[in-house]
Amino acid sequence: MASFDHNPIVEMRNIEKHFGPVIALNGVSFDVRPGECHCLLGDNGAGKSTFIKTMSGVHKPTGGEIMFEGRPMSFDSPRDAMEAGIATVYQDLAMIPLMSVTRNFWMGREPVKRVGPFNFIDFKMANETTMAEMRRMGINLRSPDQAVGTLSGGERQTVAIARAVHFGAKVLILDEPTSALGVRQTANVLSTIDKVRKTGIGVVFITHNVRHAMAVGDRFTVLNRGKTLGTAQRGQITPEELQDMMAGGQEMVELEGSLGGTV
Amino acid sequence: MSDVNAVVDERVKQTSGLRKALIRPELGAIVGTIAVFAFFIVFAGDSGMFNAQGVLNWSTVSAQFVIIAVGACMLMIAGEFDLSVGSMIGFAGMSIAIMSVTLGWPVWIAILVTFAICIAIGALNGIIVVRTGLPSFIVTLAFLFILRGFTIFFPQLIERRTIIGGISDVAQGDWLAPVFGGKILGGLFVWLADLGLVDTFSRGTREGQPVVDGIPMLIVWALGLMILAHVVLTRTRFGNWVFAAGGDAQAARYVGVPVNRVKILMFMFTAFCATIFATCQVMEFGSAGADRGLLKEFEAIIAVVIGGALLTGGYGSVIGAALGALIFGVVQQGLFFAGVESSLFRVFLGVILLLAVILNTYIRRIITGER
Repeated sequence: MASFDHNPIVEMRNIEKHFGPVIALNGVSFDVRPGECHCLLGDNGAGKSTFIKTMSGVHKPTGGEIMFEGRPMSFDSPRDAMEAGIATVYQDLAMIPLMSVTRNFWMGREPVKRVGPFNFIDFKMANETTMAEMRRMGINLRSPDQAVGTLSGGERQTVAIARAVHFGAKVLILDEPTSALGVRQTANVLSTIDKVRKTGIGVVFITHNVRHAMAVGDRFTVLNRGKTLGTAQRGQITPEELQDMMAGGQEMVELEGSLGGTV
Repeated sequence: MSDVNAVVDERVKQTSGLRKALIRPELGAIVGTIAVFAFFIVFAGDSGMFNAQGVLNWSTVSAQFVIIAVGACMLMIAGEFDLSVGSMIGFAGMSIAIMSVTLGWPVWIAILVTFAICIAIGALNGIIVVRTGLPSFIVTLAFLFILRGFTIFFPQLIERRTIIGGISDVAQGDWLAPVFGGKILGGLFVWLADLGLVDTFSRGTREGQPVVDGIPMLIVWALGLMILAHVVLTRTRFGNWVFAAGGDAQAARYVGVPVNRVKILMFMFTAFCATIFATCQVMEFGSAGADRGLLKEFEAIIAVVIGGALLTGGYGSVIGAALGALIFGVVQQGLFFAGVESSLFRVFLGVILLLAVILNTYIRRIITGER
């Protein structure tokens, strides 16, 4: 499924990030290739958020190299990264609930139609495109005018993903898209990730849920205490091993034993 | 994995067209407007409130409210407040009076310079709010006092009084003054009077002339601003940014909306509206007083809230705000026509405000899925 013969779109080499005396990232290497879903796993505080913010242009790394399509790159702002094709869907900051789906979808890039000396939003085209893109992701909206607040959490994530895909993302970073969702909605988001991957976009899927990662991941990288513990391909690693790496091993085994292996 | 091709979600009820047409942010204001008109048609229908003169009377008062409500509405949707609107009205009027009467400048220069000063103060309000991240409530409260203080201080320093008159005299023949203080369509009313549709004066020096001699520019400004603001808000890219800035500034910034610029521009627009209000008032009265515009900021905010806007930003309607302003004007003047003690105006307003806001909250929950 994954296209390992392709060169990485983004390659992060030995990334370090210090906040004052705190070393948040201490040499993290990570890459994404077109059409694959690369899962970044780690427990809370492992440095996942800092790492993706470095990748999406929010933070500048203290050390290390970012290669974008083979060339060294340095993003000054999230806008820069976005222009280059790195889109990030944040868990909570994706959408404005009071605004309609169409208005959210096109926010910041509204299509305009000239009428005399005035530029008006081309709502006909905007609505049709929004409906079509959402249908492609498997969601049938009642109406493009409906407020995003009336959608479920999973559908909101899907609007944000569809938006990123429509505007030509080459890499899609998803920050814990499933962490606040129910079982059915999670399944919907995972199937959306699968659809996006098949269009040739590289997906970075951040999660701390091993089962969600195993469902769609092609490769898995575990982050623990600001370091990568290595990258494994699908089929080379079991969910139990991933879980152990995330939690830091020994004490988790004991905990899991006492909980009957349900974590 | 779930069946993603399911076409109809059985959990989403089909909604009827009527319900869809009814469920809109302005519904509370529309219901309020109908209620208020029904009330006065019953209790003041024969008092002259609904003849040409009466209509012009409450339309003019409503138009004043509309002008400031439109500015306050746009700003509130962008997520900010301006409590300095009332003081700005007093300040702008006094500025025109001092420049034109005391300093003897041509009226058009006084008007243009005043617009420039007031819009600059609006921009300053916005820049302070955006740069410091302080609530606009506090920043503009400070300007409420600063501007009111200057409005009392300057005329006392220069003229030893707090009311400056004589503006009508210096405005004679000025080309810009009629844009704010003039009337249009005078000929139409003469024609309507000839047809017998509008009463004419039966005695005095103006015998034979129609009782209504034209539509005040104040009303023209109110309608113009309302239409402009409504179209910009609902049909343009900038309007979408206004909603986005107030809905969630951080989410808007992530997709490249220039949130700070939008907010500062809205503060400037509010100041612009306040200055239009002040200029029309000064041209109509021929004088400027240091206490003009008192409490106008709250009346503007109340009209906007009756109109369905959300105090925390990101949601609202200019048409709703204008209807809120219309309710204000009709109630204030209607109580006079109905012969009711005018202090009851405030009681009536309080009740209308409460009812409209309760209804609006309910409607908004349906539209936006808030819980």
